Amino acid sequence: MFEFNVTNNEGEVDVDLKGRLDATVAPQLHEEMAKLQGSDIKKVTFNVKDLEYIASAGLRVIIFAKQKLGADTEIFMKDVNEDVKQVIEMTGCDNFVTIL
Amino acid sequence: MIRIDEYPTHELNGIKYRCGRVQPFGASVVSNTGINFSIFSKDATYCELVLFHHGAPEPFARIPFPEEFRIGNVFSMIVYGLDIEEVEYGYCMDGPYDPEHGYRFDRSKILLDPYAKLVSGRNVWGREPDWSDQFQHRGCVILEDYDWEGDKPLEIPMKDLVIYEAHVRSFTKDESSGVRYKGTFAGILDKIPYLKELGVNCIELLPIFEFDEFENSRVIDGERLYNYWGYSTVCFYAPKAGYAASAPLGLAADELKNLIKQLHKAGIEVMLDVVFNHTAEGNEQGPYISYRGIDNKTYYLLTPDGYYYNFSGCGNTMNCNNAIVRNCILDALRYWVSDYHIDGFRFDLASILSRDENGAPMTSPPLLETLAHDAVLGKAKLIAEAWDAGGLYQVGSFPAWGRWAEWNGKYRDCIRKFIKSTAECGPELVWRLKGSPDLYGNRNSDASINFITCHDGFTLLDMVSYNEKHNMANGEDNRDGNNDNDSWNCGIEGETDNEEVLKLRNRQVKNAAGLLLLSRGIPMILSGDEFGNTQSGNNNAYCQDNAISWLDWNKLKEHKDIFDFFRKMIAFRLQHPVMRRSDFYTGQNMLGYPEMSFHGTRPWELDENAPFLSFGFMYAEPAAYYGTGEDAFIYCAVNAYWEDVTFELPVIPEGMKWEVVAYTGSEQPEKCSVDNGNVHLMGRSLMVLIGH
Repeated sequence: MFEFNVTNNEGEVDVDLKGRLDATVAPQLHEEMAKLQGSDIKKVTFNVKDLEYIASAGLRVIIFAKQKLGADTEIFMKDVNEDVKQVIEMTGCDNFVTIL
Repeated sequence: MIRIDEYPTHELNGIKYRCGRVQPFGASVVSNTGINFSIFSKDATYCELVLFHHGAPEPFARIPFPEEFRIGNVFSMIVYGLDIEEVEYGYCMDGPYDPEHGYRFDRSKILLDPYAKLVSGRNVWGREPDWSDQFQHRGCVILEDYDWEGDKPLEIPMKDLVIYEAHVRSFTKDESSGVRYKGTFAGILDKIPYLKELGVNCIELLPIFEFDEFENSRVIDGERLYNYWGYSTVCFYAPKAGYAASAPLGLAADELKNLIKQLHKAGIEVMLDVVFNHTAEGNEQGPYISYRGIDNKTYYLLTPDGYYYNFSGCGNTMNCNNAIVRNCILDALRYWVSDYHIDGFRFDLASILSRDENGAPMTSPPLLETLAHDAVLGKAKLIAEAWDAGGLYQVGSFPAWGRWAEWNGKYRDCIRKFIKSTAECGPELVWRLKGSPDLYGNRNSDASINFITCHDGFTLLDMVSYNEKHNMANGEDNRDGNNDNDSWNCGIEGETDNEEVLKLRNRQVKNAAGLLLLSRGIPMILSGDEFGNTQSGNNNAYCQDNAISWLDWNKLKEHKDIFDFFRKMIAFRLQHPVMRRSDFYTGQNMLGYPEMSFHGTRPWELDENAPFLSFGFMYAEPAAYYGTGEDAFIYCAVNAYWEDVTFELPVIPEGMKWEVVAYTGSEQPEKCSVDNGNVHLMGRSLMVLIGH
């Protein structure tokens, strides 16, 4: 099961993720994130307290946020559990994601 | 635009599919919902795609390729609606079973795609497999959309390389490494600052293609022995999943790509040790993993009665100069260069690649020529281990087309013998220091990969600590491993607390390193040698996944002086391009001196054709030619004699002064001085001076 919620508060975006972000559901989240393109997004915070799983497809949504929402968009991840933190580190996403 | 091929034409038990594209081979994501599967087999009469959920014992689908899905000898189909993160795939093929004529089809076997980009089944290193599983090595699908952020292969000129040979797991597995993800690609990330401090600019990784650490695994005295080095490939396109901390999530490729990107950012190239000479399927008794069941006659060299030729010493031999296999190897190398940004390759037992379909050596092997001239590989380094287990030895004569370099085994043997005071090696040593023009005169000195130690054989400290190999832990009664090591234990075999012996060993390690880093040709260092790593006399640790192989980083503190010596000499080499010149030029240059000259204990007096143990060699480096800012002379006094020797230094132009850069007889070379144009070296030591 996967649930997500994206809220844009004047360029500061909160993305709440819950459950398993796998290849079958990642396109839905990607589609929602893509709607933010061109909206002058300054900051994206992924709230991942209840995120149980992330791998290839999920990481690509985060990389998309970094690449396509704006060169100066900052990416944060909040309440990261150890498993998700390790995935971020092992694949090098910690080079552009700030873990809070 | 809506594409026609976004839509299936066939359906079987709810799985939708259509005829696929023959190229590229392998499994490729072709749309949001489709994966194209394509595989070659010349003699198969039937082919079936077998799909599994991740780790499931039974497949959830078996889809036979309809006859109209086969073009020539290629079966292809696009399947829709698969979850790429969790699907695993293989093939079943049928055809003749007639071993005497080379056919070994067996429809009951589920076969790995030779072009699989990721393989699961050994995702966690050393975790006991479920041996009852009918499909041990499972093809996986990856997204080939990695964000390289502008990275590309570095293309550092070959002549400027300082290569560091390392095993992914050995490098950081030990607790003392202090890294987060020990023994993995991610683990190496944390050691990048260390590599930068050491100063190397190329890391050469022992095999990282998917292999099975459980191949020939056994337990000896309670210790599990593995196929630890991995010189036995399961799949040429997939990174070794067990080397990736993130493999259980299917992220091994991303983890490796991130490592390569970060190494490149640090100015360090990545070279792969690749094994194309044989596969993990062994001989007639070996398992069906892939090639044997797909097209045995095409992939392997077979005797006239259908047995496997064994030029690799590992049971089988790849049929490398067959057009199909040649393309498979070429495709793999292109893939690693383009999709992983690999900078170069070292080919294990490369002489096998020069054998024809009957095993006979060829003068112009098509595979080697193809690799030398290939467009995608155009800037990749190609290095041959120029011999094989079938007795072919091609050091200096490997078919090169001006592109191939070689591991210079003669360099290794000569240096080893000389530093243990074999005066007869003196004349040969002159050639080796010059970059081996006797071997590579029709190429240049960057065809010579100079090394004294590598994964095969003793570590550098062990080379000066053991006369004999100590391989009992390998469980082969000490029969395995090389007996001709040209090593010398400095008086006592193995561990000792004898101060004099320890001091001598320390000097000998530095003497070897000094010669290596001052020679023309490309130096290669075995990881851990820079801080006195030991394998306790084991010279063939191919199976040891334990402290014998794992680098003990505590030694870095214990042997800080050795590390400092390596670091200093690497930096010195990189500061002085005269040592890296690759055209063998030694004649008179703009300074009015020979660019490279050899001396006795008195300058200009050395009989290069007679045995000697004490000699000097000098480089003259004109700033105007090399762009170095100041003219310089580099003189190295080498004393392989066991007593003290005084060297008279060559006279250099007025206004210039000799200064000691390094001395293996003392940790404080700055306190060594030139005494009226002379330097005094203790027995078995080496001194480097710069005149400027």
